[in-house]
Amino acid sequence: MPVDLHTIPSSPDSVRSARFETLVLPCLDAAYNLAHWLARDHADAQDVVQEAMLRALRYFDSFHGNDARVWLLAIVRNTYYTLRTKAPQDSLHESLDEEAHPLVDDGPSPETLTLLAVDVGTLQLALECLPSPLREVLVLRELEECSYKEIAAITGQKIGTVMSRLARARERLKVELTHRPKEVRRHDV
Amino acid sequence: MTCDDAQLLVHAYLDDELDAAQSAAMARHLQDCAACAASYGIHSRLRKALAQPGLYHRAPDALRERWSPTQTVAGSALPTPFRPRRAPLAYAMAAGFAGALLLTSPAWITALRQRGAESNSVVAEAVSSHVRSLQARHLMDVVSTDQHTVKPWFEGKLDFSPRVKDLASEGFPLIGGRLDAIDGRSVAALIYKRHLHVINLYQWPTDSLATAQPEVQRHGYTVIRWTAEGMRYIAISDVSAADLKQFVLAFRNDAGTPP
Repeated sequence: MPVDLHTIPSSPDSVRSARFETLVLPCLDAAYNLAHWLARDHADAQDVVQEAMLRALRYFDSFHGNDARVWLLAIVRNTYYTLRTKAPQDSLHESLDEEAHPLVDDGPSPETLTLLAVDVGTLQLALECLPSPLREVLVLRELEECSYKEIAAITGQKIGTVMSRLARARERLKVELTHRPKEVRRHDV
Repeated sequence: MTCDDAQLLVHAYLDDELDAAQSAAMARHLQDCAACAASYGIHSRLRKALAQPGLYHRAPDALRERWSPTQTVAGSALPTPFRPRRAPLAYAMAAGFAGALLLTSPAWITALRQRGAESNSVVAEAVSSHVRSLQARHLMDVVSTDQHTVKPWFEGKLDFSPRVKDLASEGFPLIGGRLDAIDGRSVAALIYKRHLHVINLYQWPTDSLATAQPEVQRHGYTVIRWTAEGMRYIAISDVSAADLKQFVLAFRNDAGTPP
C-alpha cells in the first residue's frame, strides 16, 4: 500500500484524521442507510457500519478517489457480505429462481393503480422482500441517488449488469406491490 | 424503436442515463405507444414513492456520537457570524457580544453537553458562566482590588477558603469576586483584568489529582484547567492564549502572596 501522501511531517496523524472527518464522516447517514437495507435489522446495521468505519479509517491512506461516499459505500457493502459469511452469490439464487419464472407484464391493471397510494410501510415490506442483489441496487439508485457508474463502482459490477439488475428490481418490486394485496384479499375471502 | 427495446430502456430513461439520441427516440416512442407510456408512468410513480424520506434510514445518534470528532463538533455547531473577536473590546461591546453569544448558546451548549465527557461539561459550564458574568451587573458580588477584602468576603458563603491573590504587578489586577456554580456546587470566582479583557478564575476543592488537557479553545475563549493543592482551577478569558497562560503561571508561581 503506498504511503506517499504529501502530509505535513509535523503532524501527519492530525492531517489524516482531519481529512477523514471532512470526507468520510459526512457519509455516515449514507453508510447506515445502505447497511440497514442490506441487514434489515437495526442492531446488525450498526455493527456493519461500525466495522466498515473502522476499516475505512484503517485503509484511509489507500483512498485516492474523489468520491468518499462511493468509496465508503463499497466498504459497507463488502463488510456486510463478509460479516454475514454468506457470499452475495447465495442470495443471487433467489433472483435466478425468479428468472425461471419470468414475470408476466400484464400492462396497467386495477392493481397497478394502487401504486399511486403506496405508503411507506408497504414499500418497506416490499423492498425487504427483494433478494439482496436487487434490493441493494434499488437502494443505491432510489435512496442514495447514485448514478449507474457509481453503483457499478460500489458493487464491482459492469454498468450493463447494473442496468439489467435495476430493471429487474423495479419489475420485481412492482409485482410485490401489486400482487401482495391480491393474496391478502384471497386469504380474507 | 420497438416495444421490446423500450421495455429495456425505460429504466435508463427514467434515470437519465441515456444519451441524447436514445433519449429522443425513447420520448418519441412513449408518445406513440400507450402501453409503454403506461409502463413508464407506473415506474416513475414508483420512483417518486421510493423517494419518500420515511424510507431513508439515518444513522442513529449513538453511532453518530461514536464517530463525531472530539474537537470540531462544537466549533461547527456555532454559526460563523457569532465567532468572537479577539480585538480589545469595550465593556459595553463585550456585554452586547455576550448577549449575542447567549442567543446562540442553546445550540452550542447542547452540542457541548452531547459529548458527555464530564470535563467537557465543566468547560461548557465555565464558558457559559463566563459569558453570563459579562452581562451587566453580573460580574462581581464584591468589588475590590484588595485581596484582603475579597478573601474574607467569601467566608461563610463557601465551604472552603479560596486562594486569592492580586496579580497587579504581573499586569493582571484583581478587581473583585463572585459566587458562582459549576458542576453542581458553589465555587469561588475571582475576576481579574487584562487591559480591557476580563479573566474569570473559578476554584473549588477537589479530590482528584487528574488534570485534563491544560488548555482548550471554545468559541474564541481560552480555557485553562489545572489542579493544585487540592483545588481545581479553571481560568477563562477572551485574551490571547499566551496571555492567559502567563496569567496562570503568575497565579501558580506567585509565592510572594500568602494563600
